[in-house]
Amino acid sequence: MKFAILVNEGPSTHKASDTAYQFAKAALAKGHEIFRVFFYHDGVNNATRLTTPPQDDRHIVNRWSKLAEEHKLDMVVCVAAAQRRGIVDEGEMKRNGKDATNLAPGFRISGLGQLIEAGIQADRLVVFGD
Amino acid sequence: MSVKKFMFVNRKAPYGTIYAWEALEVVLIAAAFEQDVSLCFLDDGVFQLKKGHNTKAIETKAFEKTWGALEDYDITKLYVDAESLAERGLTADDLAVPVEVLSRAEIGKLMEEQDVLLSF
Repeated sequence: MKFAILVNEGPSTHKASDTAYQFAKAALAKGHEIFRVFFYHDGVNNATRLTTPPQDDRHIVNRWSKLAEEHKLDMVVCVAAAQRRGIVDEGEMKRNGKDATNLAPGFRISGLGQLIEAGIQADRLVVFGD
Repeated sequence: MSVKKFMFVNRKAPYGTIYAWEALEVVLIAAAFEQDVSLCFLDDGVFQLKKGHNTKAIETKAFEKTWGALEDYDITKLYVDAESLAERGLTADDLAVPVEVLSRAEIGKLMEEQDVLLSF
């Protein structure tokens, strides 16, 4: 089956990102395809490489990056939600006159059209949120 | 591009969290992609539609004006859960836009017909 995944919460306050990650990993292990993982609302906070959890805890951001690298996952962060919350890539830094970037490897910033496209293309869009 | 049935389920009050506002942004994009879009309001989500929001004191954009945008995007399917209204002492007359008030069973049926359900 072709899945798309929507993550609506950040890495720390809610379990949604953890569960989405476990779901993605399990689906891939079963041979399913993941068309895209889309990060919206506070979900965009899963994409900052500046996250520093305690050393004996899981690193949710790095874990997503690694999964993306291993499976060539398309992980998209909503641009409007990212701007509100200070998630910045090279292009956004220049466009908005900021002095830094913080987008973690494996993520890209794009529009909400990517979420709708994922809903159209996938057999199932699975939402992980509050 | 193929057309799918997208239903957006709004369950939260309008200003305590950002869900309602950012949900509306997705709704408009789905309509711009010419998908078959409907909105459903349940639980505290019915407060999003209430007439006469005054958000000046909380320095937040009010919702009421944005509902006008739905018509510009040809979004006319707005469903409201009758029980959620009743539980909050509201009727359809309290709402800022024309809606179809349905029972939970009827809303359940509509949900079953959808291709994509996004809950905010």
